[in-house]
Amino acid sequence: MTGTPSSPLSALAERVLRGERRALAQAISCLEAGEAAGRELLALLYPHGGRAHTIGVTGAPGTGKSTLVSALARGYRRRGLTVGIVAVDPSSPFTGGALLGDRVRMRDLSGDPGVFIRSMATRGALGGLARTAGDVVLALDAAGYERIFVETVGAGQDEVEVATLAHTVVIVEAPGLGDEVQVLKAGLLETGHILVVNKADRDGAEQTVAALQAMLDLTGGAHGVVDHHGVRMSVGEAPADDSVGDGWRPPVLATIATEGRGVEEVLDAIEAHRAHAASAAGRDRHFAEAQLARALDEALRRLLAEHLDPAAYEEAVQAVLSRSADPYTAAARLVDLLRPGNDR
Amino acid sequence: MSSEEKRIRVLIAKPGLDGHDRGAKVVARALRDAGMEVIYTGLRQTPEMIAEAALEEDVDVVGLSILSGAHMTLLPRTVELLRRMGMDDVLVVAGGIIPDEDVPALQAAGISRVFGPGTPTEEIIAYIREAVSARRPS
Repeated sequence: MTGTPSSPLSALAERVLRGERRALAQAISCLEAGEAAGRELLALLYPHGGRAHTIGVTGAPGTGKSTLVSALARGYRRRGLTVGIVAVDPSSPFTGGALLGDRVRMRDLSGDPGVFIRSMATRGALGGLARTAGDVVLALDAAGYERIFVETVGAGQDEVEVATLAHTVVIVEAPGLGDEVQVLKAGLLETGHILVVNKADRDGAEQTVAALQAMLDLTGGAHGVVDHHGVRMSVGEAPADDSVGDGWRPPVLATIATEGRGVEEVLDAIEAHRAHAASAAGRDRHFAEAQLARALDEALRRLLAEHLDPAAYEEAVQAVLSRSADPYTAAARLVDLLRPGNDR
Repeated sequence: MSSEEKRIRVLIAKPGLDGHDRGAKVVARALRDAGMEVIYTGLRQTPEMIAEAALEEDVDVVGLSILSGAHMTLLPRTVELLRRMGMDDVLVVAGGIIPDEDVPALQAAGISRVFGPGTPTEEIIAYIREAVSARRPS
């Protein structure tokens, strides 16, 4: 799998590791294409990853995610840290095209060589991220960026994919987007380590903060810590590993990202969570398993694409169409054909 | 279930100070509907900002929309910066209010094609597809 020292891919990887921006941009395109070259490049970069702290930023459309990320990135630059940003927007399910507009809100970051912004289209993936978003994060990590933001598509309630690649997940809410029940049913909130109510100069900001606080008082989020009458207690069964019930109580912070208000507090919270989570032994294993699961999924898809007999596939479609087989049975038959010893 | 082909990526930018981006947005939307990934950067971009964004996004095409009359300075400057950053292969096209007599000089400066007002978006799409596939090694 690894290239020889003279191969163009190892030369590209070398340039990425030296922090060359053009090389990094080209490497990201290569990873995004998801082909054999991308996997070879990933193998070359992977040993050099694992240094950056990755921050997922997610929330409903219109909450100001891009503006907040831009403000947080500027804050990190003031603190002397370099920043990578992966901004994901949806692809059209019909044409595969995409309009990626997050840079419009990030213009204040241009001209700074300590910041690298890359827009990504979801290319058909669900869950609020592109399939190769994790690979792009790795490239930024290997190139030496110290804090990496991953901004998901405007998410609703179940875009929780970001939790499998971000060390710290920031959920962005805005006043007036939903009542407390919306908040309660949102699976999204359970993945959050920091809850931000942006646009806090708008009516209803205090109520939104209070609703989020109340929700945390009820459930403790996914993190299993509740303050009840001033007493910290755990809810539910003790988790089997440290990856979930990690004793972290998500802070609820108000910001006005356009004015930079509240930004320092969010940065402090991210850094506090970073310090807190670094001690959680189960966390890195959790990420490793998520990455492996994604890669395994990809590998199986490829296996299927390479080996599936088109005639057998057509036969299966017809069987499902005529209801002589249900989809699960038909799929199981196709998979059986791929097992060793079952070559036609 | 074929592997993902490399999509055409286009940066649409408005250099200079004019505040009218209807045309740029119409083109951005049309290219998206043609299956391209379009990075839209918004108004009032300097050539430096455009070149930096084009580099980070590793685009195949940079589309510049300009109505202010400053095209003879801003467009060649943008091309020059792109080339200096090593983006020799990126296709640069322009649109907006650009007098015919300025077009030869812009083409000499590296703007591949200038699309005037009223150009059908199909024509722009067809040109980009053809020019990009001619540039790609395959």
